Amino acid sequence: MTGLLGTPDAMTPLPRVGSEIIDAIERSRLVGRGGAGFPVATKWRAVAQRSHGDAVIVVNGAEGEPQSKKDRVLMSERPHLVLDGAFIAARALRARHVILYIGERHDAARSAMLRALSARPEPERGRVTASSAPARYVAGAEAAAVHFLNEGIATPTNVPPYPFERGVGGAPTLVQNVETLAHVALLARTGHTPQTALVTLAGAVKRPGVLEVEPHTTIGDAVQRGGGATEAPRAILVGGYFGSWVEPEQAWNLELNPDSLRRNGLGLGCGVIGLLPASRCPVCETAGIMRYLAGESSAQCGPCFFGLRALADACTRVAERGSNPEDLKRLQRWAIDVRGRGACRHPDGAVMFLSSSLQVFGQEFASHRSHHVSRTA
Amino acid sequence: MSKQFALSVDRIKCDGRGLCAELLPELIRLDDWGYPILAPGPVPEHLIPLAQRAVEDCPVLAIALRRTQLKK
Repeated sequence: MTGLLGTPDAMTPLPRVGSEIIDAIERSRLVGRGGAGFPVATKWRAVAQRSHGDAVIVVNGAEGEPQSKKDRVLMSERPHLVLDGAFIAARALRARHVILYIGERHDAARSAMLRALSARPEPERGRVTASSAPARYVAGAEAAAVHFLNEGIATPTNVPPYPFERGVGGAPTLVQNVETLAHVALLARTGHTPQTALVTLAGAVKRPGVLEVEPHTTIGDAVQRGGGATEAPRAILVGGYFGSWVEPEQAWNLELNPDSLRRNGLGLGCGVIGLLPASRCPVCETAGIMRYLAGESSAQCGPCFFGLRALADACTRVAERGSNPEDLKRLQRWAIDVRGRGACRHPDGAVMFLSSSLQVFGQEFASHRSHHVSRTA
Repeated sequence: MSKQFALSVDRIKCDGRGLCAELLPELIRLDDWGYPILAPGPVPEHLIPLAQRAVEDCPVLAIALRRTQLKK
């Protein structure tokens, strides 16, 4: 298979590109692979329109999603492809500065990227600096990345101004996920993107890890490539912690491409496909993830800081002490109240995840007795 | 094209004093943690003076009343 991981990581002279690459990106309908799924051409155009040779490219390899490994694998195995994408962006958007923003714990990925960078010719190398992204969930969000690079604080800020308007050092800034940049690199080199996606298989699968999948690959096919499930799953988490739970029988036939998932009310998100084994309690699992997401609030906005904590506490009460109608009502109400009320999308992502839990695991939430009883029932 | 006004809250500045909901309960209610939830849509004309007061009296200046263009 060709594709990102099927392409040898050779350093070849960069194709000569200008702003016409943005039209090619638009025709390819490439969307960002960091989680939000935003159309790439729209983002590039917004920076190009404002750049006077001063734009900044942030190569986003923060990968803060706990279960995701695909960005790390890509940076480790195909660093030149990622750098190609970054330099193509620099040319197309007339940028003076490229910043590698790589998760502080992703040592192998950083080493591979820096090693690849040292092999590049001076005119390319000379405009690159490297920075370590704090190991926090929100650190990879665009505005948080810009805030960190400007002031050393990886918390989101109010938008507008968006990074494309006023980003690093006040310059128009493109913050783009590493996989997205690699797709652009192949597009510039070959005239088309492979339309593949990198996904991370996690949970109850025999061989968890990163796969590159063709657009018509179903979740069932991907799990087969991962050796199959270790036991019958209760549900599949599609898109990571800001994604949604899906019943297995529906999930198996879903195709892993952004368009097809969107038609089913889902998203590829960060590409995590997590199998929850039937032997695990979904209520306890939801409570654990909600506690994690509450702890990852940057504590700037009240509805997120207090709301996610209250939601996590209510989930935990149901998990530990058993179901009660008051907490179930609160969970439903707060999931609506919190949405859209933060400076960033962290609270939105968390309550969307919770809403899908309440929907798919409605039965379990309503009849949960206690952590212990539910496990042996 | 008529003039319309809409309220917005700076979520980072807001620290949940709740004065706005007292001044303008028609459009602002508080969540269980004391933070404002705004009614969607433009501010009705007869409430604009109260909305302005909510903007001015917010102790942390977290509320804004902005003119929006009415889409046809």
